[in-house]
Amino acid sequence: MSVNIKKQSAGAGAANADVILEVKDLKVHFHLDEGKLKSVDGVNLTIRKGKTLGIVGESGCGKSVTSQALLRIVPHPGTVEGQILLKRGNTGNSETVDLVKLDDKGKEIRSIRGGEIAMIFQEPMKAFSPIHTVGDQIMEAILLHRTKDDSEARRIALETLQSVGMSNPVQRMNEFPHQLSGGMRQRAMIAMALASHPNILIADEPTTALDVTVQAQVLQLINELKEKTGTSVIFITHDLGVIAEMSDDVAVMYLGKVVEYTDVDTLFYGARHPYTKALFHSIPSVASRNKRLESIEGTVPFPMNLPEGCGFYSRCPRAEDGLCNVTEIPLFKVSENHYVRCLFAEEQNPGGVGNEH
Amino acid sequence: MLNYIGYRVLQLIPLLIAISIIVFFIIQLPPGDFLDTYIQQLEMSGTDVDEGTILNLQKQYGLDQPFIMQYLIWMKNMLLEGDLGRSFQWNQPVSEVIGDRLMLTMVISVISLIFVWIVAIPIGIYSATHQYSILDYVFTFIGFIGLAVPGFLIALVVLYVVFVNTGVSITGLFSPEYVDAPWSMAKVLDMLPRLVLPVVVIGMSGTAGLIRVMRGMLLDELSKQYVITARAKGVEEGRLLYKYPVRMAINPLISTIGWTLPALISGEAIVSIVLNTPTTGPILLRALMFQDMYLAGSFLLIVSVLTVLGTLLSDILLAWLDPRIRFGGVAD
Amino acid sequence: MNTVVEKWKSYRIRSKTTKKPEKTEAFEVASQWQLMWWKFKKHKMAMFSAIVLILLYLSAIFCEFLSPKVPLERFSEYKNTPPQGIHFYSKETGFSLRPFVYDMKMTVDQKTFRRTFQEDKSKPYYIYFFVKGSEYKMWGLFNSDIHLFGTKDPNAPMFLAGTDDLGRDLLSRMLYGGRISLAFGILGIVLTLVLGLLLGGLSGYLGGFTDTVIQRTIDLLICIPTIPLWMALAAAMPRNWSALEIYFGMIIIFSIIGWTGLARVVRGKILSLREEDFTMAARLAGASDMRIVTKHLLPSFASYIIVSITLSIPATILGETALSFLGIGLMPPVVSWGVLLQDAQNLETLAYHPWLLWPASLIILTVLMFNFLGDGLRDAADPYK
Repeated sequence: MSVNIKKQSAGAGAANADVILEVKDLKVHFHLDEGKLKSVDGVNLTIRKGKTLGIVGESGCGKSVTSQALLRIVPHPGTVEGQILLKRGNTGNSETVDLVKLDDKGKEIRSIRGGEIAMIFQEPMKAFSPIHTVGDQIMEAILLHRTKDDSEARRIALETLQSVGMSNPVQRMNEFPHQLSGGMRQRAMIAMALASHPNILIADEPTTALDVTVQAQVLQLINELKEKTGTSVIFITHDLGVIAEMSDDVAVMYLGKVVEYTDVDTLFYGARHPYTKALFHSIPSVASRNKRLESIEGTVPFPMNLPEGCGFYSRCPRAEDGLCNVTEIPLFKVSENHYVRCLFAEEQNPGGVGNEH
Repeated sequence: MLNYIGYRVLQLIPLLIAISIIVFFIIQLPPGDFLDTYIQQLEMSGTDVDEGTILNLQKQYGLDQPFIMQYLIWMKNMLLEGDLGRSFQWNQPVSEVIGDRLMLTMVISVISLIFVWIVAIPIGIYSATHQYSILDYVFTFIGFIGLAVPGFLIALVVLYVVFVNTGVSITGLFSPEYVDAPWSMAKVLDMLPRLVLPVVVIGMSGTAGLIRVMRGMLLDELSKQYVITARAKGVEEGRLLYKYPVRMAINPLISTIGWTLPALISGEAIVSIVLNTPTTGPILLRALMFQDMYLAGSFLLIVSVLTVLGTLLSDILLAWLDPRIRFGGVAD
Repeated sequence: MNTVVEKWKSYRIRSKTTKKPEKTEAFEVASQWQLMWWKFKKHKMAMFSAIVLILLYLSAIFCEFLSPKVPLERFSEYKNTPPQGIHFYSKETGFSLRPFVYDMKMTVDQKTFRRTFQEDKSKPYYIYFFVKGSEYKMWGLFNSDIHLFGTKDPNAPMFLAGTDDLGRDLLSRMLYGGRISLAFGILGIVLTLVLGLLLGGLSGYLGGFTDTVIQRTIDLLICIPTIPLWMALAAAMPRNWSALEIYFGMIIIFSIIGWTGLARVVRGKILSLREEDFTMAARLAGASDMRIVTKHLLPSFASYIIVSITLSIPATILGETALSFLGIGLMPPVVSWGVLLQDAQNLETLAYHPWLLWPASLIILTVLMFNFLGDGLRDAADPYK
């Protein structure tokens, strides 16, 4: 069943020199009393330098756990298997380390966390400690990864706050998270992540908890900073609109597996997996305002003791008994840079925003 | 911050007045006033009762006047002259009877409080970070026992076990030669080892309770997002634990000093009777048995006032440690 | 391939038609109380505690029948007798299925004048079920002299837990004491519950001035250390009160001090529930205040009240024990666990008669069981967690 993994290891077909992070057959399993919960089950991803990879899926599809696995901060009792190959150093082509092999409390992974791979979170209010000043928390990251000198760290923190468009940064440094507005908090969060000049920025639904107007500002900010610093971004969201705005490549996840993996244009104009197509159908559209908004039938199964076969079987309109539910469905290559985990990938009409059918 | 303290202190004044009214009410509860009991006492011991003395006392405490006036006179005597009333049983002013003993009670209670914190916090942290480990279960079980077994029973059992095995009765706080000696360094040193038993016994249930609270609070905090944020920054685990979740978990515990302290003083009252320590407990009991209400009431009043002050201190400490309270911000 | 397909087909049919729907439907119809019961059942320790507590309370209800003696009956020949062992085997008669105890013979040490007891192996007394013994009045209603177990001769010495310094059977006294002490916990909580519900409810529902007054009162009561306050109030009870008056006087004292915790829970719950959508919906639909409180609010926090009660019963029992132990609560001839422990106050008495501590083990057992039960109930109280 794992025969097909090799097919896909080149990711979305990027030139190898560009690749700074490669995830191979990543599995995150939680061993609970009730059984084994396969949160992430054989995921392959490729992150290219200066590009944004969007990971999209419903809640519970394993996208957040994937991002946690990249930093090896999967909560207990989760275990991480597979390979996470990171090219270390700012040059981008020095030594490669497999993060899975590192001790998750060890020194090396700690120098990577925040230093090489930084993360911003969904709810900035909860992500900041309420009893430490914003400045203290930003400087902590800088002191860990860039300098040992307090006043130097302070200068860098101020500079970073300025660069993320924080008003009155000197005063903000000494304020506590609850004194900031939601948008300002998320800017501070981004500043904290960027202050140590990471190569990869993981953004885990960074705009979900924000007002729509603030959302746009934050997205724009992330895009600007990406241009300026050349940081690669892994952008996790359940919002296809945001994906369109942010990503270069997109991985669609369902039940711990990548079901469709391609560049953003191909996805939006030629989606082939029934799940991806269903996702597009459930976006409210101005053009088709008198149509009833479609939703995907059924609910995501609980990822424990799942039956063999395609995870989308129970909700799929195209599902065929005796075919889809018999064995693991491999990821098929339908064209260069386009991989679909569906037996009918070839015969499917390409879906997406461009094709109403 | 100063505003906050000032506001809190102002809040205390009506509270203290209310406490004093309750205490005075309790003093007045037994039928007859204390003078009746006093005269009865004197007659029983065969002393002639001097009319003049009685009239004097009656006037001094306003016993011929209504409740509210008696209360005001009592308050006036207390605040202006430091006169807490008279213990007929000891035939001495209450302040003289209580003095030293009250100090020892406070010393024992405060040491117990420190003991509770020093023991409970590390155990709570261990239990939370090693949830469902064998030691966690052991501590949880000990915690249950500590909560269920009242201090005076523990004291009784310890006394019994020590007595049966060594023939030594470990009651009291001083060796015989120091009991009536004035305070000196030698007396303090003599007392220290004997403090261990009352402190441990009194602190037992408080420790058990605090371990549970600390464990629960820390488990709550450990799963919070800001811990993951800090970990994602690359902060080392030990440092992370103490800088963020432990700090956060301890904050609410500080506000528990407010009720830990009265609980410890409560516990001390009974344990000290069993251990026969020269603190306020045994005296309170005797006072109550003979309905020596001024003595008992004063004790109650002082202990309550000290509790209120302890609560005030813990509130100020908490405000100093937690910016959300200091700046009147929103709680999450 | 075909067989695999068949296998999966049957699996899917099974899981689709039988297993899954059954489970989801069951969850849909389960009431809040059913969910709590399911969750509570999983808590082994709490289940065990509940059973132990039921047994303890049953023994308190039927203590007259269960006790081999009556609590005030004195055996002047057998003062301070240690607990007797139960035997099944003797040299003379060999093994017997019927258990028996030996008579206790007193010897006095000539030097220390200490009295010690030895088993007198020549005089076995067999133990029977349903024997005629000393007469008692069951529940104060009707006379009987049948005891669950005992010796044929009502005056024969059988002291399985020893005797006190007046030669009274400690086992019987512990059983009778259980009735007083355990009932105290329940009766004490009734008044506390009434006060707590009423004042907490008023405080939360009316708000404003009422709320302020009640909240300040709670703050005030919390400031005064409980045990000294109990002691002072208990001591202030008139000396000429009868045992019954003192009993209820103490219940009132505990309730007056103890209602604050419950009132806080009730107020907090009401405050949060008042803002809930379903309350608003009921109000918009024109439901009366009374209806909202009884139909919507009370069921929502009944579980929390039960938890709160379960955890404060042991505190009340401990309070009674402590005061009676100190001699300012219940007084002999009333028998409660605390009163029994008074005998153990003196260290030397205790050293020679350690069995006088037995009542303490019952107190600890009761309190521990209530704590475990409360813990289990607390977990179950929020079944949606």
